[in-house]
Amino acid sequence: MELELDGLRKRFGETAALDGLDLALERGELLTLLGPSGCGKTTALRIVAGFESPDEGRVRFRGEDVTGRSPRRRGFGMVFQNYALFPHLDVFENVAFGLRCRKAPEDEVGEKVGRVLELVDLPGFGGRRVQQLSGGQQQRVALARALAIEPPLLLLDEPLSNLDAALRERTRVELRRLIKELGITALFVTHDQEEAFDLSDRVAVMRAGRVRQVGTPEALYDRPADAFVAGFVGRANRIRARLERDGGGRVAVLEDGTRWPLPDREWGAADTGTGEELDARPAGPGVELWVRPEDLALGVAGAGPGRGEGGEGAGGPAGGRLQGCVGDRRFRGSGALYRVEVPGIGVLEVAGGREEAEAGDPVSVGLRPGRRVHAFPADAP
Amino acid sequence: MSGRRRPEGRGLTWVLAAPVLLVLLWLVVYPNLVVLGESFGAGGRFGLDAYREFFGTGAELRALWASVWISGASVVLSALVGVPLAFLFARWEFPGRKVFGALAALPVLLPPLVGVIAFLFLFGESGFFTRAVQAVLGLATPPWRLSGAPAILLVHAYTMYVYFYLFVRAGLARLDEGALEAARSLGASRWTVLRRVTLPLLAPSLSAAALLVFMTSMASFSAPYVFGGGFRVLTTQIYASKLSGALPLAMVETVMLAGVSLAFLWVLRRLEGDREVTSVGKGFGAARRRVGSPLLRAGLAVAGVGGVLFLLLPHLTLLLVSFVPQGSWTTQIFPHEFTMANYGSLASDPRLLEPILNSLEMASLATAANLLLCFIAAWLVVRRRFRGRGLLRVLLVLPWALPGTVIALGLATTFSVDRPAMGRLLLVGTFWILPLAYFIRNTPLVAQAAIASFRQLDPALEEAAHSLGAGWATTMRRVALPLVLPGLAAGGTLAFVTALGEFVASILLYTHATRPISVEILAQLRAFDFGKATAMGVALAALVAVAFALGGRWLGRGDLLAG
Repeated sequence: MELELDGLRKRFGETAALDGLDLALERGELLTLLGPSGCGKTTALRIVAGFESPDEGRVRFRGEDVTGRSPRRRGFGMVFQNYALFPHLDVFENVAFGLRCRKAPEDEVGEKVGRVLELVDLPGFGGRRVQQLSGGQQQRVALARALAIEPPLLLLDEPLSNLDAALRERTRVELRRLIKELGITALFVTHDQEEAFDLSDRVAVMRAGRVRQVGTPEALYDRPADAFVAGFVGRANRIRARLERDGGGRVAVLEDGTRWPLPDREWGAADTGTGEELDARPAGPGVELWVRPEDLALGVAGAGPGRGEGGEGAGGPAGGRLQGCVGDRRFRGSGALYRVEVPGIGVLEVAGGREEAEAGDPVSVGLRPGRRVHAFPADAP
Repeated sequence: MSGRRRPEGRGLTWVLAAPVLLVLLWLVVYPNLVVLGESFGAGGRFGLDAYREFFGTGAELRALWASVWISGASVVLSALVGVPLAFLFARWEFPGRKVFGALAALPVLLPPLVGVIAFLFLFGESGFFTRAVQAVLGLATPPWRLSGAPAILLVHAYTMYVYFYLFVRAGLARLDEGALEAARSLGASRWTVLRRVTLPLLAPSLSAAALLVFMTSMASFSAPYVFGGGFRVLTTQIYASKLSGALPLAMVETVMLAGVSLAFLWVLRRLEGDREVTSVGKGFGAARRRVGSPLLRAGLAVAGVGGVLFLLLPHLTLLLVSFVPQGSWTTQIFPHEFTMANYGSLASDPRLLEPILNSLEMASLATAANLLLCFIAAWLVVRRRFRGRGLLRVLLVLPWALPGTVIALGLATTFSVDRPAMGRLLLVGTFWILPLAYFIRNTPLVAQAAIASFRQLDPALEEAAHSLGAGWATTMRRVALPLVLPGLAAGGTLAFVTALGEFVASILLYTHATRPISVEILAQLRAFDFGKATAMGVALAALVAVAFALGGRWLGRGDLLAG
């Protein structure tokens, strides 16, 4: 393991910023800490950088305990959220700063700075004042400055959040390509799920000072470990239901009586064992079904049995259909997002084609065959 | 984010904090404790005799009361001059607005003693204005004597309106015009808007200015000293007691003055904390009203420009008198002979040149020490959390709350004996006592400037330097210092200028060999050599201007922080 965080705890006054954080990065891996503001992701990054010391726990780098080591002796490169470029130095001197601290000879400084500036696509910018640069250029200077010291580990604290949306998306791709090209191990912090998915080999979703789940973007999206992760990594409808056994499988009975058979494999909660607990409760435990809009489909009003079982194909995965009325339609480029009001259930978001229905149209809503439905305990946050 | 604690950080914090705290405790707190101790009787004999004398003597209590009511009245009068002036220059557009708007702030840059002397030549018994009135009315004697409480109040209002002017103008510039327009759109009249919206939003500016004026008046020495006559306030009373050798009484008076000042500071801060008004949202600055009617425009211009000229009149007077040959201006309203001789003697007469060089040297020394101590102290206050940080912050503002007379008497008492084991060195009568006094008096000024600069500085810059391999010293030298330099230079310039013209502490502590400019000006005045006195005053003002011009070269680079 390249970097290991082991049981990190940190309190700021009354609030626990980190509450037992464990994490490991492999060499050359690009891992993102993803979470809402206040989840402790920045604190974790600052502890790795050495700007904060943990109350408990250890930071190991290549097997060596670096917990008590000062930032300057760790030699990690860091890119700050607001770049923290030195405003009194030009681009060249900013990038050269770390090399000069290492007392590198002048010709080596010149050569390395030139190379790094070329790497970030800013050749010939050395003489510019940093205030003359655009946001995107400043971001690249900040990256160049961190890369110039040839760090074994690169730390990035929301480095794209100050860029406008279009530039941010382009820069993500560039940043990932560059980091992968250099083969550098990187720890990235963001609150933006899309950014995390675009950039990372693996993503660690954090909440309240702990890592809730680590995995590839696909794994997080398809098999979220809990309701929080499911909600944080994409849109989802939350539908209250009861679980019942039906022969070999399970059926979710919605509050209006509609029955949705759930194939065993699709248990989100089963991965963490919560499914078993649910199963063990005799009365038919209350759960929340998390269904992504793209896993639902609109149909003609009245199609299929309104309540009860059946539906298309005997007990097929799609199950019963809900009857409702389109509240509004939002254009989403390749398709549209419909908000359907279903009496007794609430409002469901359904992804569909651009012109499947108009606002006010009566429609039915059913599960798309073969899609995943996650069931989490109803009392989950 | 709180708790910027870092591995290896605690040791560094204390290596820096311990000496800074020790120096401040020794120079700021300890002398006051010595004074307090000796007010209960020197030489080991404890007693309340001096206190009994203070509270049993009508003159002493009258001086105490005079200090308080003069300060209160000064606040009201300064506000009456400064606030309308600020509104005039901030809200209306008229010819000459820019230049005279800047000139109106000028008196704050001039040493108080110089300002006081300027008044003498304008409104004094033989001043231009007084003589003119006398001639117009055909009176045999001057229509008034410039002395006592009215004279002190006149000088105070005339010099301290600047605080109200500057603070209210700054407050008006920050004011969100949207809030005013909202009020007007809701049907409020102009007067209602002023009363219900503008003034409440200006409350922080007004109370800050009021506090400053009050504290400055409490500490004021020059005006009561020159114009007071038989009318005594605490500061002049301390000086008189010290001179007449009534040391225990001087100690008690000092304790009372310090106590009253600190108490008022505490009360006002308390009141302030309760109602902090801040604008939410971005807002945009108020647009200046362009007056349509040419008649009204001219009226405003006359009021603004005329008002400022009237306020600057004393200083123009000073300039004029400095060109008048010795003894040539006796009975005429206006002098008729002019010469450069007074200025010539500044350069040729070593008795006049010496004080100028003394002041330059002592002010430079004190300012250098201020910059060093305050840079480190500000870094500690802004960047570190440690036990003793609260104490450090208090010690850094305390000298500001203590009148100069109090500080001077503390130093005169503490450093008049050679007992190194007690932390008391024999410095009185040596060169070092005045730079020391200047250093202490100006610490709050430089510290506030340095702290404000560090607050503006993104801590990520220092962290970036650390992560790139720079140690503390390198980070300070290559990153922090260049970036806080504009603020530090501004504070340093103000400190240097203040030290250059310092009078209150100097008059209590100077020795003949190291007498500063202000003391020599007073000596020339006492010798009725008005030309030389005013020429020195003008020279002092010129030095102040040069210092600001040089300081401005750094101030101009303030845009660095904006990047």
